Formats: sequence, structure tokens, C-alpha cells
Amino acid sequence: MTKVAVIGAAYTKFDEHWEKSLRDLSTEAGVKAIHDAGIEGRDIKALFIGNMSAGKFIGQEHLAPLTADNVGLTPIPATRVEAACASGALAFLHAYLAIKSGRYDVVVAAGAEKMTDIKGSDAISTLMGAGDQEWESATGLTFTGLYALIARAHMHRFGTTREQMAMVSVNNHKNGSLNPNAQFPREITIEDVLNSPMIADPLTLLDCSPITDGAAAVVLASEDVARRTRNPIWVLGSAQASDTLALHHRQSFTEILATKIAAKKAYEQAGLRPADVNIAEVHDCFSINEILAVEDLGFCEKGQGGRFVEEGSIALGGRKPVNTAGGLKSIGHPVGATGIRQIVDITKQLRGEYGQLQVNGAGTGLALNIGGSGATAVVNILSKNPKETFRTF
Amino acid sequence: MVDADDVDIGGNGRVGIVGYGAYVPRFRITVDEIARIWGNDPVSIRNGLGITEKSVPDIDEDTVTISVEAGRNALLRAGIDPKSIGAIYVGSESHPYAVKPSGTIVAEALGIGPELTCADLEFACKAGTAGMQICFSHVKAGQIKYGMAIGADTSQGRPGDALEYSAAAGGAAFIIGKDPLATIDATCSFTTDTSDFWRREGQDYPSHGARFTGKPAYFKHVISATRMMLDKTGLQPTDFKYAILHMPNGKFPSRAAKMMGFTKEQMEPGLVVKKIGNCYSGSSPLGLTAALDVAKPGDRLLLTSYGSGAGADSFVMTVTDKIGQRRNKANKTEHYIKNKQNIDYGTYVKLRGKLKVM
Amino acid sequence: MHRSSVPLFWRLKESKYRMVGTKCGTCSSLYFPPRNFCPKCRRDGKIEPFRFSGNGEIASYTIIRTAPSGFEKQTPYAVAIIKLEEGPSITGQVVGDINAVEIGKLVRPVFRRMYEDGDCGLINYGIKFELVDKNQK
Repeated sequence: MTKVAVIGAAYTKFDEHWEKSLRDLSTEAGVKAIHDAGIEGRDIKALFIGNMSAGKFIGQEHLAPLTADNVGLTPIPATRVEAACASGALAFLHAYLAIKSGRYDVVVAAGAEKMTDIKGSDAISTLMGAGDQEWESATGLTFTGLYALIARAHMHRFGTTREQMAMVSVNNHKNGSLNPNAQFPREITIEDVLNSPMIADPLTLLDCSPITDGAAAVVLASEDVARRTRNPIWVLGSAQASDTLALHHRQSFTEILATKIAAKKAYEQAGLRPADVNIAEVHDCFSINEILAVEDLGFCEKGQGGRFVEEGSIALGGRKPVNTAGGLKSIGHPVGATGIRQIVDITKQLRGEYGQLQVNGAGTGLALNIGGSGATAVVNILSKNPKETFRTF
Repeated sequence: MVDADDVDIGGNGRVGIVGYGAYVPRFRITVDEIARIWGNDPVSIRNGLGITEKSVPDIDEDTVTISVEAGRNALLRAGIDPKSIGAIYVGSESHPYAVKPSGTIVAEALGIGPELTCADLEFACKAGTAGMQICFSHVKAGQIKYGMAIGADTSQGRPGDALEYSAAAGGAAFIIGKDPLATIDATCSFTTDTSDFWRREGQDYPSHGARFTGKPAYFKHVISATRMMLDKTGLQPTDFKYAILHMPNGKFPSRAAKMMGFTKEQMEPGLVVKKIGNCYSGSSPLGLTAALDVAKPGDRLLLTSYGSGAGADSFVMTVTDKIGQRRNKANKTEHYIKNKQNIDYGTYVKLRGKLKVM
Repeated sequence: MHRSSVPLFWRLKESKYRMVGTKCGTCSSLYFPPRNFCPKCRRDGKIEPFRFSGNGEIASYTIIRTAPSGFEKQTPYAVAIIKLEEGPSITGQVVGDINAVEIGKLVRPVFRRMYEDGDCGLINYGIKFELVDKNQK
């Protein structure tokens, strides 16, 4: 089977885009990614687009042909992929499989979400579609509430503190302040986080990723096509796992089992261990989730995530830089776009093209995208080198 | 009717209350706090009304939820299969729907039905006792084995009006059938068209005739019904251990009792209004549950409810030897009265939805 | 939109009002909310109704201060994951003093209004939870 590489990658500015529609955003990202790849539109053989809830946010279903149409790509096969907040990475996984199968040689994987056309409380309700509608959302639980339940359990079991969670937001904002595409490109302090309004105890406003409009796209190619391009970044592993939809049915509230399972499979595919990962994009929809991620991905022991963050390990200059361009917290979280945006940021890092944000010598990157409170997890591992690298930092 | 000497405290084969249950919401607002907002003198209000504070339902409570809690307690005491209940009547003046019965929701929540007759009742504060009379008749006629009658309300007082000090929330449920813990020996009613207090369809708050609500309304009907009951049974006030009258405030029932020859001691256990206010359709029913919580086998009880519009239902009951084994199976009335949390006027307004912009 | 659905809520009545779930007669697993298919026994499973007491223990909790549509008037309110005494865990609101909610505390069920579909629509009722007071039954 052919190897697969990312040959083009781009995302729009993430923001409250009053003037731009979902069509505008997805077209913008798609065209930028195609130009970045140095290919023509007619070279593209299929499109996968991740999107959580265009139906509720803007009343639009059947998004895939609409996107293909807007980017001038019809009549190629176009498919919408949905796994709540993991829609983007799942679209990537399917694009990867489509090339691996030998059917296509160039496929676009995109993600987009337009969240600000409806009022805030309706957006919050729509996001709870990622949870169990009849038994979680019906109690008045919000998405923040779901992760607040996880945070409270983690604090109770492991002594994780609100300060350690705040450090995640501080770290991600520090990186994001250098990212021109970020929704909130400015630094914040631990006090800012602790003093911001409480949304669902113990998570404050600044523990939470925002509501955002945005789109991202990557072009994947088979080895033949990729070797003719400038700077292909190779996909070494792409794996997915599911778990119970409702948080209350999980075996544990202090880990995301789907992450552990998907990561294990991805590491196996890539022939790598956690220590071999130089940079990671993780799913900081809420600060606590970055702490869970570093544990569940095997970067540190279970329960030690708070300490790992406190020690500065995740900083740009640390031993395991995480969310090097700002993460969901600072860049923004247009739900379906995030998984693809993570791949774009990994790609730019591994290409060595990230300017002020560059992590020197980054050779292997991992992206973790999670749906809901952990019912879906998708892990993608990319590398400069098509072969496995055992170099550890 | 019944021969007063022929009291069978075993109650077997006789019809009466098989199980009873009370429920009062947790929140309280004091007379003083309401008076503070409106610039009234709290001392004269407290003394004039004989009420210190009233119960306030939580934002997610209503007549249906109160009825379910009270009904659950009644089932715990009765120890019967809910499916053997053949009738349910919820009496209230604050049913959540104008059209759609509270009774069916309460029934399903308690596991009652579908072999069941049901209709909601309204007769101001006496709708609950009217339900008791209907269930009593169903059982005596052999139509059903058990019937459940509930009186519950989350009544609203117009802000700034005198009734705001007393309009409270609470309810009680009674399962009527054979093998009772208290027999219903006799019941009768005195009913006329007297408009002392009313609420037009679609209006948020009731209107009333101020002093007209006293002599020609409450007193006339309560006293007439009670006297009618005593006549029919040949009993005297001294034949009773406890008397429970409807409690629009802490003063009317005491005054009526005195006029009829009932003593303070007889009235004391049933006078729940002092600490929780007037629970409307739940008022005398909660007085009854409070009396049953302390009564002994052989005690005779007099209950007279009152509903504006107007009417009064009177009952003679005798406690049987079943009371001891059943009474402790559920929370007593005092448990709900004592289990309280005081709130301020702003919280009260929010919970009761009195701000029209909400 | 779906919260205005009449049949959707009507179907859930028994589980919402009385915590009726299911049990697999083959492996004795208990399920709440009810499952019509036992994931362990699969086609060998024998599903029958099972009523839960509603009594349980708080496994985790949060206080919601920014609410979704339809719950705005209730804030702040506590939502918890409750481990029912029979085994399964569920999510539910805990009524009463939000400052008293703690992991490990015991709860019992109470019947409350869950959601109101505006001024004209149906009222959905269901089970919330209150902290157990050692003096009560």
C-alpha cells in the first residue's frame, strides 16, 4: 500500500466572522490549501469535509457537494464526516484511508464551522448535541459542564489544581499571541483565568475555548504525487476509537479511554513510542482536557498531567511542546475545522516554516482530536521522514 | 349516619384513610421581609395574621410535583400496590395547565393506572377535601378498592396585596379505602354562591372582597358545615380530640373554633399555617396530616375545610389501631415544616416569576 | 426543536418519571437509561424492565452558571454524575443548596419540572436529586 503525505495545508483566520458565511470560509481555506500544495483543482479526486452541526447552526445539511461546488470541484465524490468536535480529524482519517486503498491519489480533507449566526444560548444547546441528548443535555448540562465534571473528578482523585489548569490556557495563549490567524492572539495570566467569570464550576471563561467561525483544509497525496512536491509531510499513523456517548457510562471520569486506544494503535502503525513525539496538537476545548491528553497520550503518568504542565514541559521551549500555535483556546474552536487546523499547524512545524512559533528540529508531530466528552478520539501522527524515527528529545 | 357510641377502632371493613402524605417546599419568606419591601409594619401584620413566614416553591416545583411527593408518602404509609388505586383527584387552584389534567401526570409518576378514573378539581381551597368525599363515595359504592385524593397548591398573592403575606405552597394526599388508619365516619357540605375571592381565567392574581371574606364567607360556611356535621352525628365539640379547620391565616380558624366551642388544645396540632402560611387546597389537608402524625387510636377528629365561592366540607374521623404501624413509614408534616431555608424578596420574585419581563 | 416533540418525551415517560430501566435476564446486568439490547450477551440477552430506586452517591458534580436555552432561569444549578445504588451511573440535577454538593454525598430522587417548552408548549417532568438528610425517610 502506498504511503500518504500532506502536501498542502492552510486555514482561514478564526474569528467571529460577521461578514463571512460558511461557504465563504470553506472556499477560502480550500483554495489556499490547494495553492499551497502547488497543484491544480482538477488534480483533486475526492473531498471529505468535517462539520458538526451546520444543520442547527445555519439550517444547512448536505454540506459536502455545496463545498465541492463552491470550490469548483464537482463532480468528484464529496462526503461530509461528523464526529462532533472530532469531525475534522475523522475527515482526515478517511481521506488518508481513501488514498491508502489505492482508489485516489490526491484528496482534500477540510473542516469548517459557522457558529455565530445563532444566539449564544442556542449555540450552547447545539454543542450539547455532542453529548447524550436524552440523558445529559436534558438535565440542563452544558458542554462546559461535561468537562467540569471531568475536572472535578480529576481534582478530587489526583489533586490537580485550578492553577495548573489555568497554566494550560496561559501556555496556549502565549503561543497563540504569535499566530496571526488566532481569534485571541494575546497573552493572559493565571490571575486572569482564575478571576474570569465561572461558567461551570470549576471551569471559568478563560478555561474554555471560544465560539468561533473558521475553516481549514489539507491536501493529501499518494507517495508518487507527494515525492514530486516541495516539502511533503508523511502520515505515519492514523487511528480512531469510540467509547460510550454519555460521560456517566464511562469506566473512568479521569481519563479518555478512546484517546489511549487510538493513540496505541497510531503509535503501533507508526512504529513509535510517546517519547518519539516532538510536538503535539491536543484538544484543549477546556484546559483540563490538555492535562488529560498529556496523560492519555503517554507523555507522563496518569494523574501527573497537572504537574507536567506546571513544570513547563508543554511550553515552546519545553521537552514536549503542546499546542505550539495557540490550541483551541487561543486560536479558536470552529468545531468541525479544529481537527484539520491541528494537522495544518503540525505540518507547518515539521516543514520548518513556522517563524516565531517554530520548534527547532521538530521531526515528528501528533494531533489528538476528541469528539464530545470522549466518545470519539482520533490520533494522527505525521513526520518529516517517511521512515520511523527513533530520535527522542 | 353514624352512631357515636358505635366506634370500632379496628376499622376493619370500614372506609377511611388508608395512607396519608404531606409535602411542603423548602423555601420560606418571612412576613417581616415582605413588609420591609412594601413599607408595612411587620409587627402588626404578624399579630394580625398570626403568620410568621410562608412556604415558597422552588423554580422547578408546582402543584403536580408537590402532589407526587405527597402521594409517594401516602403510598409508603398505605403499603398498597399503586395499581390497586382506581381513582385519582387532584384539587388545586394552581394546576399547571388550564387544559390537561394534573391527575394523569401524578398517576403515572406514582405508577397508578391505567385502570383508573381521573379528573382535576377546582373549588378554591376546598378542592382537596372535595376529592376525598368523591373517593369515599367511590369506595363505599364498591366501584374501586382505593382512591387517592390530593389537595395541593402553589398559590400566588398579588405583590403588595394583603394576601401576599399568606399565599403559600404545599399539599397532602390521602388514599381512601378499607382497613384504614382513620375511619371516615361521616361527611357533609354546606355550599352557597358567595363571591368572597375569585380569579378570572387568564389572570395571574386573584381578587377578593376584603372584609367580606370573613363573616359572610369563611365563618358562615365553616360554622354552618361543622354545626350540620355535629347535628347529623349527634356529637359535641368535647367528643373530639382534635379539630382541623381551613387556615387562610392564623386568626380565622382560632376565632371560628372559639365560636363553636373547640379549645386551643384541640386546634393546636392542625394549625400549620403559623409557620408555612396558607397552602390553599393543601391547607386543611396539611392540618389533617399534622394531626394524624400525633393522634392515638380511638381519637376522634373533626375536619372542616373551606373554599371561597363558597363551600365547606366537614368530616368526622376516628383514628384506628393501624395508625401506629403506618405512621412512621414516611416523613411527618413537621419534617417538612422544619426543613426550611429562608430567602429574600428578590429571590422570591424570581422563583415565583412575578417579573413580567422574565 | 426536538424538545418541543410530543412523542419523543411521551416515549420516555416511564424512565423519566419512575426510573424504569432494563435488566438482562441472561447476565443480570442492569441498565439505566434502559437498553433494548444487551451489549454483553448480544442476541442471547433477555431484556426485561427493572425499576431503580433513585438512591445513589455523587461521583462528580459541577455548578452550571451559563445555561443552555430553556434553562436560563434556573441558574446557578448543580448537575452531578450519580452512581445509583444498583450500579449504573446517570447525570442529574441536584436541588437545594448548591454549596452543600460534594463528591461522596448520598442523594435520593425528587419529582420536579425538568423543562418547559415556552408559554404554550408542554412541561416535561422528571427526576432530580436531593442530598439525603439523615433524619428523613
